[in-house]
Amino acid sequence: MKPFTNFRSRLVPLAINNIDTDQIIPARFLKTTTKQGLDRLLFNDWRYDAEGRPRPDFILNQPRVAGAQVLLAGDNFGCGSSREHAPWALTQFGFRAVISTSFADIFTGNSLKNSLLPIAVPPDAHAELFAAVAANPDAAVEIDLAAQTLTTPAGRRVSFPIDAFAKHCLLEGVDELGYILQQEAAIRAYEASHPAPIDTTA
Amino acid sequence: MPHTIIEKLWNSHVVEEQPGAPVLLFIDLHLVHEVTSPQAFQGLRERGLRVRRPDLTIATADHSIPTTDRSLPIVDQIAARQLDQLETNCADFGIRCLGVHSSRQGIVHVIGPELGLTQPGMTVVCGDSHTATHGAFGALAFGIGTSEVENVLASQCLLQRKSKTFEVRVEGTLCRGVSAKDIILALIAKIGVGGGTGCVFEYTGSAIRALDMEERMTVCNMSIEGGARGGLIAPDDTTFGYLCGRPHAPKGAAWDAALARWRQLPTDGGAAYDREVTIDAGALEPMITYGTNPGMGMPINAPLPDPAEVSDPMARDSITKALAYMGLEGGKPLAGHSIDVVFIGSCTNSRISDLRAAASVLKGRKVNPKLRVLVVPGSQEVKRQAIAEGLPDIFLAAGCEWRDAGCSMCIAMNGDQLAPGEYSVSTSNRNFEGRQGKGGRTFLASPLTAAASAITGVVTDVRTLL
Repeated sequence: MKPFTNFRSRLVPLAINNIDTDQIIPARFLKTTTKQGLDRLLFNDWRYDAEGRPRPDFILNQPRVAGAQVLLAGDNFGCGSSREHAPWALTQFGFRAVISTSFADIFTGNSLKNSLLPIAVPPDAHAELFAAVAANPDAAVEIDLAAQTLTTPAGRRVSFPIDAFAKHCLLEGVDELGYILQQEAAIRAYEASHPAPIDTTA
Repeated sequence: MPHTIIEKLWNSHVVEEQPGAPVLLFIDLHLVHEVTSPQAFQGLRERGLRVRRPDLTIATADHSIPTTDRSLPIVDQIAARQLDQLETNCADFGIRCLGVHSSRQGIVHVIGPELGLTQPGMTVVCGDSHTATHGAFGALAFGIGTSEVENVLASQCLLQRKSKTFEVRVEGTLCRGVSAKDIILALIAKIGVGGGTGCVFEYTGSAIRALDMEERMTVCNMSIEGGARGGLIAPDDTTFGYLCGRPHAPKGAAWDAALARWRQLPTDGGAAYDREVTIDAGALEPMITYGTNPGMGMPINAPLPDPAEVSDPMARDSITKALAYMGLEGGKPLAGHSIDVVFIGSCTNSRISDLRAAASVLKGRKVNPKLRVLVVPGSQEVKRQAIAEGLPDIFLAAGCEWRDAGCSMCIAMNGDQLAPGEYSVSTSNRNFEGRQGKGGRTFLASPLTAAASAITGVVTDVRTLL
């Protein structure tokens, strides 16, 4: 993973609450055994018609999206399944952050492991961002992960929460597994004092 | 200090806690399936890692597996490749795989309990959000993503932050025709699909204690639909009775020792929860969802919500959009609405007691001839038991399809799917747009409601047929 750096980006608004992972990437595309090639499947059933043609009224099919790296979504983004294909598809499309008022737990964990920043902001800031992008499609935000701030198009700095360890991993560009494997002695000690109640191979 | 069962489970699995880092939590049982594991095994190969504890890991094929004749080759080549990949990965890494042709194959959340692998006091994970099902045994069970699947395969541990505790107290006695599925649909309708975010539910109260294990699994299964990572029920004699004699349950002196440990698990008197909600079981009616998330549910005879009466603009838009997708009109009744398909199955409602419930309604009756009715057992074991009890004869005589075990039309990855615009009453867990097939429209309900609607061809209150 590359270290997560500060950036400035236009917003892609999707004013829908409870966007679930079946919308982000429908289940029928989960038969893949790799992580690649998911960008064209992002929001597939909202993005294409029955014949597979792009729907011009869907935001991801509009020219304004080119180069934008921040998705602005309704409340409780990413609910539903545990599929990590959701953040894979979002990042492959080019998103580096999603802004909402709240995120589903598993989606949050999956995103942080894929350098996709889930930014939860208070309702007033959330409404301000939707209003700003409605007034000016080129409205842009600045994201500073180290400072945990988002600067709105009007110049207001809004703080957002993030797990301290996840933040460290994002800024350093390292993943959790390296850290976990360094805890070998502790894992071995736990195993020694906790005999397994089952043996699946028996 | 008194503790909840959630805290006891957490505390007993802490491997290490370092300042600034989440807790390193030990995982007692890791369930693996074909959809969320290939990229994790690939990650292990790229790093040159092995699976640390094959003895605590087990795999099965459920999501993309056909529910038609298994002696025939799989038509969908992409699904076939994914299923082959699971077998290869398990062989390469020494994991037992209850694959396509295993006599123990089944939905991952059906076979874990059935084999006695899921036990009280455990931590259980799987790359599947319905892992909370195993919480019915007093286990801390939750769904994880593929990166975490890789972490557990490599280390048998996960980095986790503690969840909040949320007591869901269900008191009273369920009325006839009202079931465990109606309890959980009522909870989700009450708190919303994000209501339990950041929490683990503990289901308590006399109505929960009165449920058998399969009904408890139905309740815990849909905890994620209320936003919670997990949901569990303290173990009791019902739990122990279910487990005793299962293939992987402890035997002899080990059973007695386990019982003594398990009896310590329930929440201590005076322990406090971060949040609480109460449901009156006696006031519940059969529930049904009308919209495009599981929180959009109501008693089966209620009128559909009218968006004009919702003040919050985004909430109003959500209902308007959902009703438009579903082709429904606010303020009108849903009962009596014509349907095309009934699906009885999924990790929520595919166990033997679910099939018995459906059969009790269908026995001696015919399904409406315009309907397609799929009955899909949760596992080979459920299928065998159903055959032993003569249930397939009842389903077939009524005009249902009796299929092989798997996730089937719950997730529509295997060719079992709704056509665009079709309506289904389904016993599964998600009614998201396209969940059961692109353009398909799902009403979630209990096996009783599904069976009743299969007979009439319209959304039906089962109490009119009892």
